[in-house]
Amino acid sequence: MESALALLAQSGQALPAGAPGSEAWLQDLIDGLCQLSSRDALTGLVNRRQFESVLTRELDRVARAGEPALLLMLDIDHFKRVNDSHGHGAGDLVLKAVADALAHCVRPMDTVARIGGEEFAIALPNCPPAFGPMVAERIRARVARTRIAVAPGTTISVTVSLGGAFAPQWVRSNLKLWLERADKQLYRAKSGGRNRAEFEAAAVAQVSAEEKSLLFATPRADEEQQ
Amino acid sequence: MSARITAITSGKGGVGKTFIAANLAAQLAARGQRVLVLDADLGLANLDVVLNLSPKVTLHDVFTGTRTLEEALTEVSQGFSVLLAGSGLVEYSRLTPEVRDRLVETLAAMAPRFDHILLDTGAGISDVVLYTVSLAHEVMIVTTPEPTAMTDAYATIKVLASTQQRRSLLLVVNQTLPTVDARQVRGQLQQVIDRFVSPGLDKPVTLDLVGEVPVDAAVRDAVRRRQLVAEAYPGSPAAQALAALAARLTPAGG
Repeated sequence: MESALALLAQSGQALPAGAPGSEAWLQDLIDGLCQLSSRDALTGLVNRRQFESVLTRELDRVARAGEPALLLMLDIDHFKRVNDSHGHGAGDLVLKAVADALAHCVRPMDTVARIGGEEFAIALPNCPPAFGPMVAERIRARVARTRIAVAPGTTISVTVSLGGAFAPQWVRSNLKLWLERADKQLYRAKSGGRNRAEFEAAAVAQVSAEEKSLLFATPRADEEQQ
Repeated sequence: MSARITAITSGKGGVGKTFIAANLAAQLAARGQRVLVLDADLGLANLDVVLNLSPKVTLHDVFTGTRTLEEALTEVSQGFSVLLAGSGLVEYSRLTPEVRDRLVETLAAMAPRFDHILLDTGAGISDVVLYTVSLAHEVMIVTTPEPTAMTDAYATIKVLASTQQRRSLLLVVNQTLPTVDARQVRGQLQQVIDRFVSPGLDKPVTLDLVGEVPVDAAVRDAVRRRQLVAEAYPGSPAAQALAALAARLTPAGG
């Protein structure tokens, strides 16, 4: 009990209210610990564990309701260089600044998480496919223009690479596959030059009138000779 | 050695996917290949109808755990093996993680025992069809020269190029007429692909015309008698065309 209270106090969480040992006090204490175990200490964002449970819930919803949901994964470009040239304290400031920028780019219903060292992820429920690239671009641009004071008189800026994948609609997918698909797009963004976003291509099953007219056009002479 | 897995798909239904799968399997078997046809049209299977089989144990029984895969594996008189889905398994028309896992397990168990596995998929581009196709090494698109069949084949190719990064697809044109030959169909499809699908991709998408089966009265008659065309009319143009297709798909020296 003492160590639980010490943990809460140390993390700046409010201490349980009410008479110590009462039911309400215990509930408050449990809530505080839950909150603590679902957050990343440095940035205050949701941590990986909590994020995965958000995604799992989202997969359920997509399978049942068919609402499109987007998973964005992003990674700070050349983060090691920041640590190497400005120290780890500066690295922490950059992580906080990026976390802050992300939180400002999304809707209240979205969940922003820090899922690894310099790796972040955002779950966007009910996000139509066309909005994905718009959100990603908003994030990319905002991070890129954020000036981060890492020492008196020293400001730096960083960029992020993003990868996005939508949960397959009407189908129960699983967490691992969804994360893998977004990660694959993040890798594409990295290898494509960083400071950019890549998305999994959407399945376009419609055949336009233009395509049909070409499909049934009289074959050209050269095709007939193939 | 592990089997080469070929998904046979079409976009439009009724173009002869199952007919091609069964007859190709028989012809591959006649060339000494160990062949399995897996009825992956889990919702509306009709491989049993084409082969005149009354399945006792189907994949449905395997998926629900009441029978083993060994019990469902049926060797047919034409020298190849089949795994039948059992008709009316509508509950499998949606792709649940269980169905995915069962399909993967089934293929993993069968692959070491055959040279060639043909996946006879359902019509359309549903999740189940796309998932089944994703398990195959190569995709064979079956179409007829009918405009609706070609349009649906094209839509399928587009989806496979974008979601599965397929860049090379096998094409079989069924029911060709003296007036519209398979090269023309391939040329038309390729032309639209070059213009609308390939731009922006890392590599262009190409169709490899591997077979063409002419309209043949022997086919209609064999289907009605629920026989394979090579059994009923071995010398017919359709039987010869299917033999040529099998030859194209048999590894050199095999």
